[in-house]
Amino acid sequence: MRLNAEELACNRGGREVFRGLSFALSSGEAMVISGRNGAGKSSLLRMIAGLVRCAAGQLTLDGGERDTPLAEQCHYLGHQDAMKPSLTVSENLQFWTEFFGARTHTIESALQAVGLAALTDLPAAYLSAGQRRRLSIARLVSVQRPIWLLDEPTSALDSPSQKRLAELMQGHLAGGGMIVAAAHGPIGLERARELKLDPA
Amino acid sequence: MPIIDFANPTRFLTIANRALPWLIAVTVIVFAIGLFYVMNAPDDYQQGATVKIMFLHVPAAWLGMLGWGLMSVAALGTLVWRHPLADVAGKAAAPIGAAFTFICLVTGSLWGRPTWGTYWVWDARLTSMLVLLLLYFGVLALYWTAEEPSRGARAAAILSLVGAVNLPIIKFSVDWWNTLHQPASVFRMGGSTIDPALLTPLLIMALAFTLLFATLHLAVMRNEILRRRVRSMRLMQAQELAEAT
Amino acid sequence: MIAFNALLVRDMRLAIRVGGGALMGALFFLIVVTMMPFAIGPDLALLARIGPAILWLGALLASLLALDRLFATDHEDGSLDLLMMGALPLELSVATKAIAHWLTTGLPLVVIAPLLGLMLNVELHAMGWLALTLLVGTPALTFIGLVGAALAVALRRGGLLLAVLVLPLTVPVLIFGVAAANAALFGATPFGPPFTILCALTLASLVLGPIAAAAALRHGLE
Repeated sequence: MRLNAEELACNRGGREVFRGLSFALSSGEAMVISGRNGAGKSSLLRMIAGLVRCAAGQLTLDGGERDTPLAEQCHYLGHQDAMKPSLTVSENLQFWTEFFGARTHTIESALQAVGLAALTDLPAAYLSAGQRRRLSIARLVSVQRPIWLLDEPTSALDSPSQKRLAELMQGHLAGGGMIVAAAHGPIGLERARELKLDPA
Repeated sequence: MPIIDFANPTRFLTIANRALPWLIAVTVIVFAIGLFYVMNAPDDYQQGATVKIMFLHVPAAWLGMLGWGLMSVAALGTLVWRHPLADVAGKAAAPIGAAFTFICLVTGSLWGRPTWGTYWVWDARLTSMLVLLLLYFGVLALYWTAEEPSRGARAAAILSLVGAVNLPIIKFSVDWWNTLHQPASVFRMGGSTIDPALLTPLLIMALAFTLLFATLHLAVMRNEILRRRVRSMRLMQAQELAEAT
Repeated sequence: MIAFNALLVRDMRLAIRVGGGALMGALFFLIVVTMMPFAIGPDLALLARIGPAILWLGALLASLLALDRLFATDHEDGSLDLLMMGALPLELSVATKAIAHWLTTGLPLVVIAPLLGLMLNVELHAMGWLALTLLVGTPALTFIGLVGAALAVALRRGGLLLAVLVLPLTVPVLIFGVAAANAALFGATPFGPPFTILCALTLASLVLGPIAAAAALRHGLE
């Protein structure tokens, strides 16, 4: 499987953020996007997720399921956690798992993987910011999608959780997945390629 | 210092648990006596047996208003003295007061059917009670929407006090509105003096309902304290696990 | 189908849980209807005559104002981004949210309408018909309001903007809803024609509402 980006351009609010951006990413590879604030890191991730239109250029995915749009093969971990405070931990995760069309028996092991298994029946309102972040990372584990788009994935995480996330990412890559992450510092992927965005 | 003791939620729980069975027993006994008197009360020569709705309707109206009074006192306790039990007392009074107000409206409307020929008349007293019910709903909605109990309690306390100041004004306006539209010739409920044969059972029933209110209030307060403990224990659980993992 | 069920159940749970606004619409309805006689006067004959109109106006305002937060909360916590990335087409997701919203907010309005009709001295025998017009008409209000809710969240404005955008669009529903209710109540005109037009309006909005709302979300949320 191979993700190709050709001559991408991005306009936000009438301002050109970047243009002429090309890259290719194959199975098992990770790419970390770096750059100053406003360089378009988040926009690029949202573009791959289908949430922002490309002003020019195109994104294609070779291989994989042919009829499925690119957006439906991606997991997007944005700045917000997309978890409802009044639902319990497992209800939140179960919803996203079912909504993305996977079987729900995986949620136990997904919660186990992020170390939240003991909090299953607690309302998400009681969780700390880091715990909520881990809950939304559990979503990536419970539903199988080949491309992970991670926006500042280590924010709000303490060092044991960062280590756990790094292991999850290694596992995902080893299984043939791809990761595109936006980050300012290291996120625990040593062999990741780096894409530096300079303001256009 | 008994007052200080009572202010301690744990101490309050012990007292409440000990007092509740007695309170329930007394309530049942007074209800039995009251209902006995009600059965033997004479029918009204005009309204027949329907007059007996009064024994439910009037105490319910009185307790509906008492409930708001209690909430206002509790609100002062919450805002001025920051008494730990005050917001629990206020929160517990709201649904009970609303329920009695609702009973007052339903019985009033059932009483209206044979008397006025329609289920609802925009009579000054019923309408005031309806506005009171709406105010109660407002407070309940406030408690319901607030995710954190103490913040909701302060908001509800302010609303209770504003309501307490406004209630006489509302009552006056509704009376004025009603007399503006309806001439005084309209039948007025309970306008005449009450026969002593009806007054005794009414007073006993009022006492019985007041006891019922007190019993329910105490029980709801106890439940609310326990509910808050469950909440803080779950919060602690999340905290501990965060440190453990 | 699993995704549809999951979204439906989640939104209904959210509406019922602490902090949710499931009964707020019904409460607002009750208050609006109660305020009317204070303005009009307690004349029962007059209230009986305009009762259907009051109930319909109350239901209209209650169902629209309750729609304000339909997409806003999902937008604020990032859920909306993920809803767009599901296998379920956005049109269907949006429609599912509207169905859940109607079940928790619109349906209670229909249920308490007869009670409020009683207070407005509406004839008992016609109460069922009046409730039927609301049962058929309120989904149209929700699905038209859906477009406004989507536009409001796309423009990052809430509150009155929704009402300003949507109220003019609900004019036909109001006209035929009240016409059908009055026909059932007073029998001066046949019930059938306005009621069938009301059904048609609802069916059309069930289709068009989600398409327009999804388009508004797609273009607005970049």
